[in-house]
Amino acid sequence: MASIEMKNIVKQYGDGFPAVNDVSLDIADGEFMILVGPSGCGKSTLLRMIVGLEDITSGEMIIGGKRVNDLAPRDRNLSMVFQNYALYPHMTVYENIAFPLRLAKMPDDEVRRRVTEASDVLELKDHLERKPANLSGGQRQRVAMGRAIVRQAEAFLFDEPLSNLDAKLRGQMRTEISRLQRRLGITTVYVTHDQTEAMTLGDRVCVLRKGKIQQVASPRELYEQPVNLFVAGFIGSPPMNFLPATPEGNRLKTPFGDIEIEASRASKLGGHDLLMVGIRPEYFEDASLVEEHKRPLGSTFRARVDVTEWLGDSQYAYIPYEAPEAITNQLRDLSRELDAEELRTQAIVSIDSTSRIREGREAEFWLDSRKVHVFDPETGENLTRDAEAGAELTRLATQDRVEQVEESQSRASAEQETGGATAASA
Amino acid sequence: MRFLFRPPANEAAELLSLPWDRPLEEWDDRLLLEVPQRGISRHVVRFVAAGGHVYALKEIAERLARHEYALLARFEEEGLPSVSVLGICVDRPGDQQAILVTRYLEYSMSYRWLFSRPPGDHSAEQLLDTMVVLLVRLHLAGVFWGDCSLSNTLFRLDAGTLAAYLVDAETVERYPSLTPGQRNHDVDLARERVGAELLDLRFGGLLPDDIDPIEVADSLPLRYASLWDEVTREETFSPEEQQYRVAERLRRLNELGFDVGEIEIVTSPEGSRLRVETRVSEPGHNRRELFRLTGMEVQERQAQRLLNDVRAYRAWLEQRTGGPVPEPVAAHRWLAEVYQTVMAAIPPELAGRLAPAEIFHEVLTHRWLLSEQAGRDVGTAEAVRSYVANVLPRTPAEVTTPSVIAERATGR
Repeated sequence: MASIEMKNIVKQYGDGFPAVNDVSLDIADGEFMILVGPSGCGKSTLLRMIVGLEDITSGEMIIGGKRVNDLAPRDRNLSMVFQNYALYPHMTVYENIAFPLRLAKMPDDEVRRRVTEASDVLELKDHLERKPANLSGGQRQRVAMGRAIVRQAEAFLFDEPLSNLDAKLRGQMRTEISRLQRRLGITTVYVTHDQTEAMTLGDRVCVLRKGKIQQVASPRELYEQPVNLFVAGFIGSPPMNFLPATPEGNRLKTPFGDIEIEASRASKLGGHDLLMVGIRPEYFEDASLVEEHKRPLGSTFRARVDVTEWLGDSQYAYIPYEAPEAITNQLRDLSRELDAEELRTQAIVSIDSTSRIREGREAEFWLDSRKVHVFDPETGENLTRDAEAGAELTRLATQDRVEQVEESQSRASAEQETGGATAASA
Repeated sequence: MRFLFRPPANEAAELLSLPWDRPLEEWDDRLLLEVPQRGISRHVVRFVAAGGHVYALKEIAERLARHEYALLARFEEEGLPSVSVLGICVDRPGDQQAILVTRYLEYSMSYRWLFSRPPGDHSAEQLLDTMVVLLVRLHLAGVFWGDCSLSNTLFRLDAGTLAAYLVDAETVERYPSLTPGQRNHDVDLARERVGAELLDLRFGGLLPDDIDPIEVADSLPLRYASLWDEVTREETFSPEEQQYRVAERLRRLNELGFDVGEIEIVTSPEGSRLRVETRVSEPGHNRRELFRLTGMEVQERQAQRLLNDVRAYRAWLEQRTGGPVPEPVAAHRWLAEVYQTVMAAIPPELAGRLAPAEIFHEVLTHRWLLSEQAGRDVGTAEAVRSYVANVLPRTPAEVTTPSVIAERATGR
């Protein structure tokens, strides 16, 4: 197991286009790191440079303390999981997991030890003597993971592994991968374009845009303290709403009325005439359902609802708004970059599922002004970001990870001891 | 539902009536064709016959289907050896995956069958060398396969030798050129897959005892490296050697199955440096020539064999008539009087086991053998009779190409 350090990594193609531009990233031993971003952001190129499939133009790639820039893929001892899904029909599940070791001419007892260990982790123990034709979809995927585990690689690498599975299997595999990573405590780099996947799987998430790192942080930090408009717009579903705003003291004048923010945050907005305020859908509520004591923490406004969407456990209302051209253009560019379909001069607000707000009518909404962020529309910078609060969120996530890995490994070794005893008595 | 086809796709019309809205697994057996020659696939794959052709239908995610469709179409344009794609069906009801439709590669054989044939016919070495030629060709074209395996390769006989075709481009990534890291990785993947596939045959009792799966798999990277070197290396030699060294290099490349696009010679005081740019497409000079003369579409070595026979026939015609016979006239008469006579002598129950051009090649070989034994030219008629009685039946019925099976079933 190993850490992966990237120092000022650049990948420039023949035409001079930098697909990866000065990326420095430290992935700790045992950490689950996600590389995420829209297509063309450089995430897959970066992964291919870790694996050794792509030459590094400049910078250093260090795995387990060793510089690997010039090492061939097979000499880096990394495991691309799900690279080979093929199940061989005449071989038992045991042999289907064991064959990479057989090809490496490993002695039988070592093969047995590793396959047994992997099948314990993957809960395939009872299926080892079966032929793969009798396995379920999820079990088949686990056999593919088994092949990666028995190699005892320094790290696991995943390149959009779930994008070709159907929705049900995808959810199942997500849980499976997460559990497996904790259990093995193995350094993992996982590439995806799906922010939901990124948020649910990673210890830390590295958001990339046009070859550059935007932010590396825990999912919660990304969500609550994004560094810029891009990260704020990319992370979260439905996405954050961006409204035009003009500052006036501690107030922001917006199409949804005046929003009052704390003086300390307002002080960071000096020198701007036009701003963008970012409000997540869940910071809104149907004003009639907000408890009295909460009301003063936010502001209320009236607006006409275009569409409502009732999903049983939740409900969304769509509220169109007007914005100056500078803002509309910014939003259009952002949408395009994020491969989003909608043009976002329409707010998506979350309201209680019991709310009786109707389509086509005007209604009163409440919004929680404590959690809004304010962005510079030109640079995209988040002017109200609280770096300390963000760092604390990531620190907590790291602490959680360390505890989880310890816990899961001590549980695993306890199981193995009892398992060993059973095997000995059998 | 939406169908995307690449013209010419007249055949597609007949396919449109199939139940595309239903999962492939639920299609009525009467619509499907049982194809014994198939590899391992992680997707649902079914075969259908329409308008005298056979198609492979594969259910995969739309993104992959579109990707594979575009790639295979480009491969075909560039002359890379791959299956030919007809189209895709997307937007199927109930959120079903897309279906990719490829034309079945007629007269092709899977490794499973080739390996389980009696030894001596086609050795593991030959099979692997053929596959390595395919991999080198793809790498020259900037294609990272990502899943090079025996299952994803089909083999065809070409005048007694084998030719390999890519059948699955799902994992393919296309670049302007590949880095050594990408090529090595692709070769490593191929080695592991070939090893696993042979081990699988061993477990299934289908592999001859004298083949060691690990040894065969381990030989793949070496074979690849030496062929890659042959095809791409730069050589330096003295000006006196220049002429014959260039000729020798070109001959060697042609022997290996590659055509040369451009030769660059840079002279310097140390000597001449030779760099050859190898064409990625299969060599096709003979193939095009035979097509021009007879309209027949066959493989390269088969074409060479047939062209030689056309030339011999022309010489014989000229000798008999005592005057010149134009090439096109000779080719037409050869087609009617020689080639078609041989084909007409193949009884229906033996049809479809080998491609017609391969049969013709085997008949020529057989005639040569018989003539040598007899000490005189036995003639084509006698050779065909003996071939049909003694040689062709040894190619088992199970390799009969699906389109012929389909024709028989419909009584066409």
